[in-house]
Amino acid sequence: MTDKFISIEGIARRYPGADGGQISVFEDLWLSMPRGEFGCVIGHSGCGKTTVLNILAGLDEPSEGAVIVDGQAIEGTSLDRAVIFQSHALLPWRTVLGNVSYAVTSKWRKWDRAKVKAHAQKFIDLVGLTGSEHKRPSELSGGMKQRVGIARALSITPKIMLMDEPFSALDALTRGTLQDEVRRICLETGQTAFMITHDVDEAIYLADKIFLMTNGPGAVLAEIVENPLPKDRARIDLHRHPLYYALRNHIVDFLVSRSKTFAATVINHDPRNVPIVRPGLSEPTIVASPKMIETSPAQTIAR
Amino acid sequence: MTSSLRLRAAIVSIALFAAFLGIWHIATRGTGTVANMTPEYAKLMGLTATAGKSAMPGPLDVGAKLWEHLKSPFYDNGPNDKGLGIQLGFSIARVGLGYFLAVIVAIPLGFLIGMSPLFSKALDPFIQVLKPISPLAWMPLALYTIKDSSISAIFVIFICSVWPMLLNTSFGVAAVRKEWINVARTLEVGTIRRAFTVILPAAAPTILTGMRISIGIAWLVIVAAEMLVGGTGIGYFVWNEWNNLSITNVIIAILLIGIVGMLLDQILARFTRMVTFPE
Repeated sequence: MTDKFISIEGIARRYPGADGGQISVFEDLWLSMPRGEFGCVIGHSGCGKTTVLNILAGLDEPSEGAVIVDGQAIEGTSLDRAVIFQSHALLPWRTVLGNVSYAVTSKWRKWDRAKVKAHAQKFIDLVGLTGSEHKRPSELSGGMKQRVGIARALSITPKIMLMDEPFSALDALTRGTLQDEVRRICLETGQTAFMITHDVDEAIYLADKIFLMTNGPGAVLAEIVENPLPKDRARIDLHRHPLYYALRNHIVDFLVSRSKTFAATVINHDPRNVPIVRPGLSEPTIVASPKMIETSPAQTIAR
Repeated sequence: MTSSLRLRAAIVSIALFAAFLGIWHIATRGTGTVANMTPEYAKLMGLTATAGKSAMPGPLDVGAKLWEHLKSPFYDNGPNDKGLGIQLGFSIARVGLGYFLAVIVAIPLGFLIGMSPLFSKALDPFIQVLKPISPLAWMPLALYTIKDSSISAIFVIFICSVWPMLLNTSFGVAAVRKEWINVARTLEVGTIRRAFTVILPAAAPTILTGMRISIGIAWLVIVAAEMLVGGTGIGYFVWNEWNNLSITNVIIAILLIGIVGMLLDQILARFTRMVTFPE
C-alpha cells in the first residue's frame, strides 16, 4: 500500500441538526487507492457514500480532513476528476456531440472547432454511439444517455473517473452491456475509477477493491474486500467462478446484518487501519490485520 | 383526427362570429321612436332622432369605416386627424422602446438576483413594494421629473414591463437544475461562461415566458398612458374619437388594439418555442 494515488485522510461530514447540534454523516474516514485501480463503495442509503464521492469530486467539502490526489490536496472541482452522474445530467438543449464537445472545449480552450469535433467524435465512437451525434438527449434511451455521460467524462482524459450509481436507473440488460463497456474501457486505458453502487454483482464484476460502509449516521468504513476473482473475468460466467459465492456471501452478509451491528460489536475499530479481507474458499481470511491489541485510549486521542 | 377537429373548431368559430354580427346588426337597426320636429332642428339632431336610428353603429357602419381607414392608414391632416397606421405606429414604437429598456435592465438584474442569494434577499423588499404599484401612478412623477409627455409614457411602459421579466428571470436562473450546474463545476467552467452556456439556455424558456407576460401588460398600459398624455397613439385616438362621439372609430380602435396585442403575443410565443428544449 505504498502507492496512494487517491488518499482520503480523516474526512468527516457534519450537518447542522434540528436541535442546534450537529448530525454527523461519517467521521474520520480514511481510504486510499493506487493508480489504475477500480474501487467500489457499497453501503445502505444514508451512509454518506454519495457525500464521499462528492467530496472527491470537489462538489462538496469535508467538515474535517483532506483528500489528496496524485500528491496534491484537492481544492474544489477539477478537470482531473470526471464525474458520471446517476441522472446522466446531459444538457438537453445540446446534441450528443454538443454535450461531449462542451467538456472538450472546457478542458482545451484554445482548440479550434475541427479539433474539438474530432476529439469528441473519438469518444462518441468509443462508447458505441456512432451515428447518433446529432441527436438530442430527449431522443435517446436511458442507456444511450448514460453512454453520452461516459463519453463526456472520458473525453477530458481525467486522472480519476468518479461514478455515482451510474447504472441504477437502467434496466438490467442495458446495465449489463454498459458494465461491460466501462470495464473494457477502464482495463484498456488503465483508468483509475471510483464508483458508488448498491448492486453487489456490479461491484464484484467491476471492482478490484470493494469498500464496505456501515449504516449512517456516524457511518464508518468497516472493511476493504479485495476481489479474488481473476482480472480477465467475464460477466457471463462470473457466477461459475469457485470464489464468486464466497465473495458475494461475504458482502451480502455485511449488508444484511453486520452493517447495522458493526458499531456495537467491533469496539477496537481503527479507521486508519481498516482490515483488508480476501474471501477464499473457506472462511474469509484477514490479510492485513489492524493493530487491534495495542489500540489504547491514549492512541485514539493522539490520532 | 386533429385536422378534422381544427376544421370543426373553425366552423364553430365562424358560426359564432356570424351569429354575433347578426345579433349586433339586428340590435342596432333603426327602431327607436321618431320625434316630430322642425327640419332645422332635425338637421341638428341627426339620424338618431329623425330616423329612429340607434346611436350605436351597426356592423355595416363599422365595416365601411374600417375599409376607409385601411385604404389610407398613413394620412396626416394635423394633430387631431391622423391615419390609424400612424397612431398605431406611435404606440408600437413607445411600447417597443420602453420594453427594450426593460429587457436591458431586467434580465441582467434577474441573473444577479437568481445567482446571488445575497442580492436576492437584499433586493426582495424593494421588488415586493414596487411591483404592485399601478404603472399609471408613476405618471405624475414621470411628467414632473422628465418634463416630456412622450418620454413619460415610455417610462411607464418600462416600469410596467420590468417586473414580470425580472421575477421570471430570477426564478428561472435560481431554478436551474443542480446537476447541470454541477456538470459545469466539474468541468471548471468559469462563472461568466457558466452563465451563458448553462444557466441562460436552461432558464431561457422561463425568461421568455416573463417577456411574453410583459409585452401583454405593456400593450394594456400603453392605451391608458396615451389617454393621459395625449397627442399621438392609439390610446389618444380612442379618447379623441370619444370626444368626437364617433363610436364607430372607437370600435375600430378597440378591434385593432386587440389584433396588435395578439400579434405581439404570437411573436413572443414563437421565440419561446424556439428556446424551449424537450427533456
